Order: sequence, then C-alpha cells, then structure tokens
Amino acid sequence: MVGNPPETPNYNLTIIKAFAVCAVVYFIVGALVGDIIAWQLSFPSLNLNEYLSFGRLRPLHTNAVIFAFGGCTLMATAFYVVQRTCAVPLWSNKLAWFTFWGWNLIIVSAVVSFPMGWTQGKEYAELEWPIDIAIAVVWLSYMFNFIMTIANRKVSHIYVANWFFLGMMIMITYLHVVNSLAIPVTMTKSYSIFSGVHDAMIQWWWGHNAVGFFLTAGFLGIMYYFIPKQADLPIYSYRLSVLHFWALMFGYVWLGAHHLQYTALPDWAGSLGAAVSIAMIIPSWGGAVNGLMTLSGAWHKLRDDYVLRFLVVSLAFYAMSTFEGPVMSLKTVNALSHYTDWTIGHVHSGALGWVVMVSVGAIYHLVTRLWGREIYSVGLVNTHFWIHTIGTVIYICAMWVSGIMQGLMWRATDDYGNLAYTFAETVVAMHPYYVLRSIGGVLVLLGALIMLYNIIMTIRTAGQPNAAAARA
Amino acid sequence: MGLGRFIGTLLGRSIDPQKRRERKSFQESLEKNIWGFIIMIAIVVSIGGIVEIVPLFYLDNTIEKLTKEEDSIRPYTALELEGRDVYIREGCYLCHSQMIRPFRDEMERYGHYSLAAESKFDHPFQWGSKRTGPDLARVGGKYSNEWQVQHLRAPRSLVPESVMPNYAFLENHKLDGALTEQKMRALAVVGVPYSDADFSGAAAGVDGKTEMDALVAYLQVLGTMVKFEKGKDYRE
Repeated sequence: MVGNPPETPNYNLTIIKAFAVCAVVYFIVGALVGDIIAWQLSFPSLNLNEYLSFGRLRPLHTNAVIFAFGGCTLMATAFYVVQRTCAVPLWSNKLAWFTFWGWNLIIVSAVVSFPMGWTQGKEYAELEWPIDIAIAVVWLSYMFNFIMTIANRKVSHIYVANWFFLGMMIMITYLHVVNSLAIPVTMTKSYSIFSGVHDAMIQWWWGHNAVGFFLTAGFLGIMYYFIPKQADLPIYSYRLSVLHFWALMFGYVWLGAHHLQYTALPDWAGSLGAAVSIAMIIPSWGGAVNGLMTLSGAWHKLRDDYVLRFLVVSLAFYAMSTFEGPVMSLKTVNALSHYTDWTIGHVHSGALGWVVMVSVGAIYHLVTRLWGREIYSVGLVNTHFWIHTIGTVIYICAMWVSGIMQGLMWRATDDYGNLAYTFAETVVAMHPYYVLRSIGGVLVLLGALIMLYNIIMTIRTAGQPNAAAARA
Repeated sequence: MGLGRFIGTLLGRSIDPQKRRERKSFQESLEKNIWGFIIMIAIVVSIGGIVEIVPLFYLDNTIEKLTKEEDSIRPYTALELEGRDVYIREGCYLCHSQMIRPFRDEMERYGHYSLAAESKFDHPFQWGSKRTGPDLARVGGKYSNEWQVQHLRAPRSLVPESVMPNYAFLENHKLDGALTEQKMRALAVVGVPYSDADFSGAAAGVDGKTEMDALVAYLQVLGTMVKFEKGKDYRE
C-alpha cells in the first residue's frame, strides 16, 4: 500500500472534482435513456418520432453509459490515483483541462449525432469520423498526461492500479483507431474500410475489448486503489495482482471472436476465441479473490461502511459475470444464448453490478476526500446501495428468463418436427420480462438521483466550515 | 486454516517485502521503468488481435469459393444502396440480425445459412448481434413490396405482436441523388467494384424515389444473390 508522503504535493484536485461530478450526471442521463428504450420495447407506441425511436436512442444509451459515464469515471480516478500513488501533481494541468473540455464536447456531439441518425453502424463505435478523430486526439492527451505524470513520479515503483489504467489506455487506442477506419462521404456519413467477415471480426475485437479493457481493466485499476484505501488495508496479494494483470492483458484480446460462433466467420477463429474465454475465468477470479481477500480479517467493516459495501459487492458481480461470460462462450450454450436477451442480461450484470457499483464506491470515496467532508447522509448511501442492488438483480433475472425462454422457443419443434412457435409468439412471451426489466431500470435511475442529491448536499455543506461538526 | 496459509505462501504473502525488493525480476524492473512497461503492454495486448484478425485477410478459405452458377453476388444498385444507408441510420441492425446459423430451426425459419461471400460488399457488415425481431438475411422476396411498405408504416397493422417502431416518415423523405454517386465512389475506393456506368447512372437510379422505396428495394434483395446447390456443404 502506498502511504501518504510527508509533504503533500500540490495535487490538481479541481480536475478530479469536475470529472467526478460529470460522471454522476452522465450516469443519470445514460440510465434515463436506457430506461426509456426499455419501456419502448415494452410499449412500442413510446417511439414518439423519428428522432426518438429505439434504433436511434439505443446508441445514445450505450455511448452515454460507456463513454460519457465510464469515461469520466476513468478520467477522474486515473488522474486521482496517478497523483496520489506517484506523489507528484499532474504533469500538465492545461492538458488535463483540454482532456476535460474535449471529452465533454465529444459527449455533446454524440447527444446531437444519434437522434439525427449520424452513425457508422458499428455497435459501440457508432460516432461518425470527425468525432472519431476528436476522440483519438483527446484520448491521447489523457494517456500522455497520465504517462508523463508516472515518468515524473517520486516513488520508485509504479503502483498496480496504474498498470491497469495504462493497459486500458494503450489497448483502447489500438481498438479505436483500427475499428473506426472509414472512408468519408460527407461530414456525417462514412463507410467502414472493412467489409463482411473482416469487418465483423474487427468489430467484435473492438466490441469485446471495449468491455474487457475500457469497462474491466480500467475499473480494476479503480478496484486496486479504492478497495485498499477505503478498507485501510493492503491489497491481499502482490503476486496475484501481477498474474491477474498480465493474464488479463494477454487473454482478453482474444475473446471477441466468441461473439461470432456459428456465423460465417471461419470456425477456427470462433473456437479460439471460446477456448481463451474459458481460460479467462482463472485471471478474472484471481483478481476478484485478490480484491475480496483484502478484507480478510476485517469483514466487520462491511457492517457500517456503505461505501465499502458498494466496492465489495461490485467484485461479487465481477466474479459472477466473468463466470457467466465464459459459460456463454461455450459453443452449445452460445447456440442457445446468442441473439437473445441473455446477452443483454449478461452485459448489465457486468455493467450495473460491477462497473457502476465500483464506480459509485470510488466516487463516494472521492467526494469525501476532495471536499474534505463526511458524506452528507450515510443513510442515503445505504438507500442507494439497496435500491441499486435490487434494481440490478431484477434486471438481470428478467433477462435470464426472457433470454433462455426466447432461445428455447425459437428452436422448439412439435411432434411432427415443425417449428412450434412463430417469431411473433416469442415476442409476446417476452413482454412481462421487458416490463420487469424497465422497472429494474427505474430503480437504478432512482438510486443515481439519490446519489446526485447526496453529493450536491455534501459539496454545499463543504462550504460551511462547521456544518459537519454541527451535524455530529 | 492450513489451506489458507498454504495458498498465502503460494501467493507470496509470507515473503518479506524487503527480500522481495532484493530479488531482481523482469517484473520488478518493469515496475521501475515506465517506458519499458508501456512497450511490454503494447506488445502483449497486440498478440491476440494479430493471430485472430490478420490471417483472415490472406487465408483463401475465409470467403467461400462459389461456382459460376451459384454466384450472382453484385454490389448494391443505387436505390438498394440508399436503402441500406436508411437501414443503418435507423439502427435496424440493433434488433435484426442478418446472419443465419447452420441450425435446423434457423434454416427452417429463415432459409439457407449465411455465407461470408454474401456480405463481402457490405461496408460495414450488418450481421447484428440481437434478434428482438426476426433475422433478415433472406427476407428478400418473402413478402410483397406492398406488404413491406405497410409493415414499415405501421408494423402492428400487420403483426399485432410486433414491438417495432413506425417508419411512416420514410415516405416523406425524398432521396438526394447527388450524394448517391459520392457514396458509390467512396465504396469503390475501399474495393466495391462499381463501374463508371454505375456512377453516371446513380442519380437517375434514385430520381423521384423516397427513402421508403429505397429501404424496400434493399430488403427485397437481401439473401437473394446466391443460388444454393442442395445438400452442398459450404462450410468445410
């Protein structure tokens, strides 16, 4: 564990504050749009007009939660962790603000783009080419500042959280550049330079690693700093973190092909992707164990530390979805699960369970440190924890049931060997689960609103020197 | 407890940090050298992609070889291309796949399993990842144009169970022929074999047509370009 240096350097905390608040706001936006499209699938008349139809809002949801919320969280935490663990301020404050305004500008352009229908038509990489170029520039500014801060460090070793942030930054650079290569027609229209099977493989190499690096490696960086910090204990095993890190860096890259099993992608590629997927259980669980065992002997802390609860439960979800993922990549399971809601459920157990919970824990921790105050209401943190957990579980269970049912109904045959159900019949069968999922989403959104309120109140009382003492 | 201690030893918990610092390992040196660390990561994360992606570009059997009788795969006409762009713009691929897998139920429901050759001119590919609605890889010719138009206008008027949005507004959008040629030229740059005749005829091909006409033209050509030989295994 990295101790505080005797003299606190002049850390840039304002930039962290800005990114952290943006992260919470963007989560609310992303969850709101997500819940709207969930209701649209339950009640299609909610597709109000061409700009607000499911097909245009869905990319807005995915991009808002992954890149706006996830991105701001990663930028806040990486810039915070790198300063604290290297015992130096950020290499360049100006560059950090460039990253901040650049990233926000990109987010605003996405909010305009998607309802307008400006899209490259590749999942999670829908933004058109001028915005893609801006993303590359801003991303590199983020990475460069991070690297130079490490290069300036006052401690001899680079702390493990920074390895994960660094791995994420490097891989996302590769992925974004290659997958977004396109030939422009106008400012708002372009075509991928790859076609068919090649485009499919490159897209899912990107698609799965947006999950594996952006949403996993980066957030593991958060885990490796904030869990020990919040628990006030050293990380369980150094060796396990070395193993976890390199196995993750090497292995995750291969998984994309498992999205394309039984498709026109040559079988060797899909099978290779599935084989490595199964092997990935080991490093993933190694990492989860490393985080959880950090609390070994101090589990009682969970009783009243609600922030720690978020962090620890996020690891339970991480372990669950990194088990579920390899299972779904098995050919026989994939034959059933692919194209169904099970995939959607799996993504959200990782996203709502792991990514959001570890972020929420980290942001609550950050807010108290950045503004130097206790959280406004511990009770509301606890309320948020339960509302979010229940919402997430409802969401996941609804999608498990509907996904597996969908898969079974599609392949069911009657006594004469004819298909037992028309496609339309399977759509009707999904309806109750779609409604249930939407309700789960409402709970998640409600939790996020409570969080925003709690944080705003914390910041406001931070301006009044005696407020905390008065409450105590 | 015994097991716990054993695992702890295995994971290096019991190794004195002082001693660990004395051992010079590669990992140790990386942790002190940011540039070395960056290079190592950059190499390690590139391996999987290189192994899985690069061979697809030079292995001959990645895209199936079809006989002359089977193969009538051609680039999209001006109208179909515009229709495909509407399909992408509206995010149809988020709910409809275009990739039939070689399973009995899928082939019974949708038709012959899809070939890589069939999407070789698709920039970007539209295989999709989710079937909120049915697969569309072979929807071409399954329904009449009139059915398709009515279904796009108001899906629930024909399929009451459907959760698809209404796309009646496509009928009000006239196509811009000037852009069609530019689109074809861009696609030609990345390898779609459009000819000069295609370029010069592009504007005329979409003249007076609406986005609805274009989308229907695109849907009607999906999956119709290969004449499959019965019983032949296209995936060896």
